[in-house]
Amino acid sequence: MIGLVNYGMGNLHSVAKALEKAGGDVELVSDAESLKNYDRIVLPGVGAFRDCIGALKESGMDAAIKAEIAAGKPFLGICLGMQVLMDQSLEFGRHKGLGLIPGIVTHFPEDHAARGFKIPHMGWNDVIFSSEKPQHPVLSPLAGKQVYYVHSYCCMPENPDHLLAACSYGNYPFAAAVGRDNIVAVQFHPEKSQSAGLALMEAFLQWNP
Amino acid sequence: MLSKRIIPCLDVAHGRVVKGVQFVDIIDAGDPVEAAIKYDQQGADELTFLDIRASHESRDTLYHMVTEVAEHVFMPLTVGGGVKALSDIENLLHAGADKVSINTAAIFTPELVKEAAERFGSSTIVVAVDAKSVDDHWECFTHGGRKPTGINAVEWAKRMSDYGAGEILLTSMDADGTKNGYDIPLTRAVSDAISANVVASGGVGSLEHLAEGLKEGHADAVLAASIFHFGTYTIAEAKGYLASQGIPVRQA
Repeated sequence: MIGLVNYGMGNLHSVAKALEKAGGDVELVSDAESLKNYDRIVLPGVGAFRDCIGALKESGMDAAIKAEIAAGKPFLGICLGMQVLMDQSLEFGRHKGLGLIPGIVTHFPEDHAARGFKIPHMGWNDVIFSSEKPQHPVLSPLAGKQVYYVHSYCCMPENPDHLLAACSYGNYPFAAAVGRDNIVAVQFHPEKSQSAGLALMEAFLQWNP
Repeated sequence: MLSKRIIPCLDVAHGRVVKGVQFVDIIDAGDPVEAAIKYDQQGADELTFLDIRASHESRDTLYHMVTEVAEHVFMPLTVGGGVKALSDIENLLHAGADKVSINTAAIFTPELVKEAAERFGSSTIVVAVDAKSVDDHWECFTHGGRKPTGINAVEWAKRMSDYGAGEILLTSMDADGTKNGYDIPLTRAVSDAISANVVASGGVGSLEHLAEGLKEGHADAVLAASIFHFGTYTIAEAKGYLASQGIPVRQA
């Protein structure tokens, strides 16, 4: 059973429907205590970083997520659910994240819009893999596909080993996916990426890190 | 590379897809869920639903329709029509919309856009601008194009972008329904003036028009209704044509 973390924001409905379509059994989890009852954890996210981390802390979900990740459960973060894994974000001030992946979440460069690259970065873009390391099993169905991104903030992990796939917008590279051990997290929205996104979710359901 | 988006637009009234010409002469164009599934299979990049008869009584119908569509297709859904308050936005997002389009309410309460962007994120908030040529400039109209506002459309789009709207859905009411192509000077003027994304709307009759909107209008996405609804072209044919013109599109 997949536990879909419900912290009062985000597009839970879409993520739940897509996971079900991919063959998963999903339950929304609002109570931090019960997160341990699930085999796999998914953290979705739409909105602002400070609200997200604030809501996770208030419900005690921050500690529960860390505990379940430490226990080795497969974890999928989506969009803001990826960004909150980082050390900190500069969105509306400086805010600490969960600190599971070293790195900072920053805005796209200020001159992006002036150069004709609209903010938010919105639409279908690439998932670029390094030719020097094997593709992550959860992400490999995306080779050669485009996926749906919508975000104004982005990140790049400090440790290159944590970068699972990249994307570039306006000649500015950023993380399309980060992870380590039993964590995989994506900047784009698999639940909005049609067949490519559903293929990622199927791969996540079968992943045994 | 970021692809340019092709967005079929479904005007809905009382839970049915309809199509009008210059905002009048409404005719029935089918079931919204069936249409959404068809466009999903054709590889549409997003879908936009506009409730053109938005009224208090039809809100529940709209929410149910969005929920049903979101259960069948896994792509971004923008929904608009009659959005007046943060609670309307919240309800639509909860029903399964990814983006909510605000039109008339933004004119009367511009701060709503700012509050909505702060609360739900810029990526969620679309401002629909219905513009019409008046003398030497373009002016915003409200209530489905029936009421003039005296507001300069380009300046308005800039203000809405500055307030945090992530996208402007820009409809030329002069072009809408004519099949003579987008209002390219309007589209370009708005797109070049703002940092938010611009979706060009109104007037598409051929695939060349889509290319013009993207290349000459500098739009980030192109929206069309009747050429897709009535089977004149499929989304795949549109993408094939745009690709042949050197425009980056996603091949599904």
